[in-house]
Amino acid sequence: MAYDEGLKGELQKSGIFVLPFEQLYNWGRKNSIWPLQFGLACCAIEMIASAASRYDLARFGAEVFRATPRQADLMIVAGTVTKKMAPQVVRLFNQMPEPKYVIAMGACAISGGPFKDGYNVLKGVDRFIPVDVHIPGCPPRPEALIHSIMTLQRKIAGQVLGQDQRWYDKSATTEFPIPAFGAHDLEPVANPELWHPPKQYADVTIAEVLKKS
Amino acid sequence: MDTVEQIREAILNAVPGATVEIIPSTPAAQQPALLVDREHLLAAAKYLKEEARYQFDYCSCVTGVDYLKVGQVEVVYHLYSVALRHGPVVLKVRAPRELDKCHVPSLTPVWRGCEFQEREAFDLYGIKFDSHPDLRRILMWDEFVDHPMRKDYVAPLDYEWEPTPHDETLDRAVVAQGIIPPSAREELEKAKKK
Repeated sequence: MAYDEGLKGELQKSGIFVLPFEQLYNWGRKNSIWPLQFGLACCAIEMIASAASRYDLARFGAEVFRATPRQADLMIVAGTVTKKMAPQVVRLFNQMPEPKYVIAMGACAISGGPFKDGYNVLKGVDRFIPVDVHIPGCPPRPEALIHSIMTLQRKIAGQVLGQDQRWYDKSATTEFPIPAFGAHDLEPVANPELWHPPKQYADVTIAEVLKKS
Repeated sequence: MDTVEQIREAILNAVPGATVEIIPSTPAAQQPALLVDREHLLAAAKYLKEEARYQFDYCSCVTGVDYLKVGQVEVVYHLYSVALRHGPVVLKVRAPRELDKCHVPSLTPVWRGCEFQEREAFDLYGIKFDSHPDLRRILMWDEFVDHPMRKDYVAPLDYEWEPTPHDETLDRAVVAQGIIPPSAREELEKAKKK
């Protein structure tokens, strides 16, 4: 959209702001993110610290932690997602209204972290729900969580009305399949529409490895 | 509080027919423990709780231990007395590892607080506690089979993506991704050394 920057500046001097509606709309949305009040492990303590007075998440418009998914826009997956908890996390995400976002907070939520080799920990919540921002750290400091909120805000600010998003696509499902409990693992172990293991060794044969070394 | 030797004598006097063995302390376990046979564990526990000198009214911890090489599992109870402010006394009982023979008496009738901890030992080690009021899984989901803290438990092969695999994880990732079998990996490492 083209508009005269000079005219915009002139008008701004007299207290009149000119901007595309989309920008105004996104500005409003990005500054009123309501997170779901929901913690899984020690990262939740850092999340609480971020919301409290010292770090004051309210400065970024994300202080209204809601105790119900029906009123939340943002799920902060703060902590280790065990395989036993994973179906409940997906169910909570399904219960949130669109548009909704996910921040995977900490090593456990993004990859399983120190518990990765365990029999009971999900190796990253992105196997079942679409994650918008990943924060590494064990646990990440409140500054890192605030940074992730700001990253999400930039992401929201860049969205185009009526385009490219899940919630504008009428054929897209808003229900993410909830994994079932199997004999040793979740069934399925990941949502195939959402997550594929990057093929690391797919093209590597012994001969090739030997050639390189 | 009496020494472990004195407590052992007291149990032997109070519970006829019991065998109580003293297991000396190790760097890992500070207190020497009392190993009681399965048949007399309940009576010994009741005695330790009700005897005026001991009054062990609080069981703080119930743990399972798997001795794969010996072929036994062990249950460890840590007892304290809140009334007399002493403890801990460590009570142990052993059972064969085989799942159908892996039975020990439940001490939940004596200490109510053992209920969840015995459920945990059942869930993770497969130890069945006879006369436990509600012996279900507590940490793993109900559909789970097997007992994951047993030394011979084989974890699911969910190594389809490992960003930085190394050592055992590398071997599992290689198997899980079906590219290089572990036997070939040995050859690979031999070849690398040459």
